[in-house]
Amino acid sequence: MSGVRVLVGTRKGAFILTSDERREQWDVSGPHFAGWEIYHLKGSPVNPDRIYASQSSGWFGQIIQRSDDGGETWETAGNEFHYEGDPGTHQWYDGTQHPWEFTRVWHLEPSLSDPDTVYAGVEDAALFRSTDGGQNWHEFPGLRAAKGHLWQPGAGGMCLHTILLDPDNKDRIFVAISAAGTFRTDDGGQSWLPVNRGLSIENELPDSDADVGHCVHNIAMHPSRPNTLFMQKHWDVMRSDDAGDLWTEVSGNLPSDFGFPIAVHAHEPETIYVVPIKSDSEHYPPEGKLRVYRSRSGGNEWEALTNGLPQENCYVNVLRDAMSIDRLESCGIYFGTTGGQVYASADSGDTWAPIVRDLPAVTSVEVQTLA
Amino acid sequence: MIRVELPHHLRTLAKSGREVTVQVEGPVTQRALLDALEASYPVLRGTVRDTVTHERRALVRFFGCGQDLSHELPDAPLPEAIAAGNEPFFIVGALAGG
Repeated sequence: MSGVRVLVGTRKGAFILTSDERREQWDVSGPHFAGWEIYHLKGSPVNPDRIYASQSSGWFGQIIQRSDDGGETWETAGNEFHYEGDPGTHQWYDGTQHPWEFTRVWHLEPSLSDPDTVYAGVEDAALFRSTDGGQNWHEFPGLRAAKGHLWQPGAGGMCLHTILLDPDNKDRIFVAISAAGTFRTDDGGQSWLPVNRGLSIENELPDSDADVGHCVHNIAMHPSRPNTLFMQKHWDVMRSDDAGDLWTEVSGNLPSDFGFPIAVHAHEPETIYVVPIKSDSEHYPPEGKLRVYRSRSGGNEWEALTNGLPQENCYVNVLRDAMSIDRLESCGIYFGTTGGQVYASADSGDTWAPIVRDLPAVTSVEVQTLA
Repeated sequence: MIRVELPHHLRTLAKSGREVTVQVEGPVTQRALLDALEASYPVLRGTVRDTVTHERRALVRFFGCGQDLSHELPDAPLPEAIAAGNEPFFIVGALAGG
């Protein structure tokens, strides 16, 4: 019998939610790593029982955890993330240069072909890879060579938060960094190109043609169309149909085009989802109504999905890694909130129900579709 | 044997009780003690001090014999009562928050 496993990272531990393909009854396990911030967990697409987790603490630093039994038991892996060579400096909030300092792992992206290979996006922004199951980590310093001295932190820190692996081309990877932008490698990570043309709007950057400095919140792709990318930027929802070379705005009729996550339907490459947030000054939904917006046309035309979601007095946020989809025949959509709810829809977003309601603030949601 | 008391989260990582013991060869200093602790519990590498600079993490404190030893030089001798195993060396998560 098929089913799903939802991996939830929170400010105070990880939780694992499981259900059969009906997605009506859920088992909840956790907290795993109680009291620690879990920025992200993700399972290997090759071996779903292999799960990696980023566990961190302002007191005791970064830990990487690994499970080989679907999250029932865990063992610590390597936690040494050393920048290659002298990393130099990047721009600080006040415009001065600031030394590159490792703080934490924001995102773990397991390889599409090898369960022992996993990528890590870290703060201060850099991309690392392990080929031995997370024991040893090596940086791709060519990324920082893409004008890294001009990158500066966003409000949440200078984090590399999104990693997209091209399923058709093992040498192509996309990453996104706050507040630097989107970057692409076509040679397996040796060299990187900023791919941010078309992103600027008034009041975000003085130079609308700047290569870097863009506050990208999240990007997503459908595996059948790896040249088409969808982006939730600080403001604006964008798309690119040429692997990031040029972006165009598709915010259309959204009530706000500020937000954090963006996701693509499992079986409809032009169906995308966002969660509008009122503004960067008010990190909660417009009008106190928690609404997922769906576009079946790849953007511009959006419909509000509200059935089962709170439509009054709701002032939670949905963070950038906190929305995910399953690949069952009737596509499931999941997202977690800073209020500790994890909502699920088993019908592409038409109806919603909470799986759990009172977790710590949710930082990440990833879904595994189990055979 | 040197007695070391670990904070809650590090006990969980080390799969240990509140107190662990370590053997230190030569002068009992903060550096020697932490080297021995990390050798016995490799999972604690990077959680108490930086893996490269070996500087204490900003929100970790060292207490012992009623004193805050956090700012002592890493190669300074620890108090005799700690070196003799009569008093524990406390690794503490600093008070931080609201």
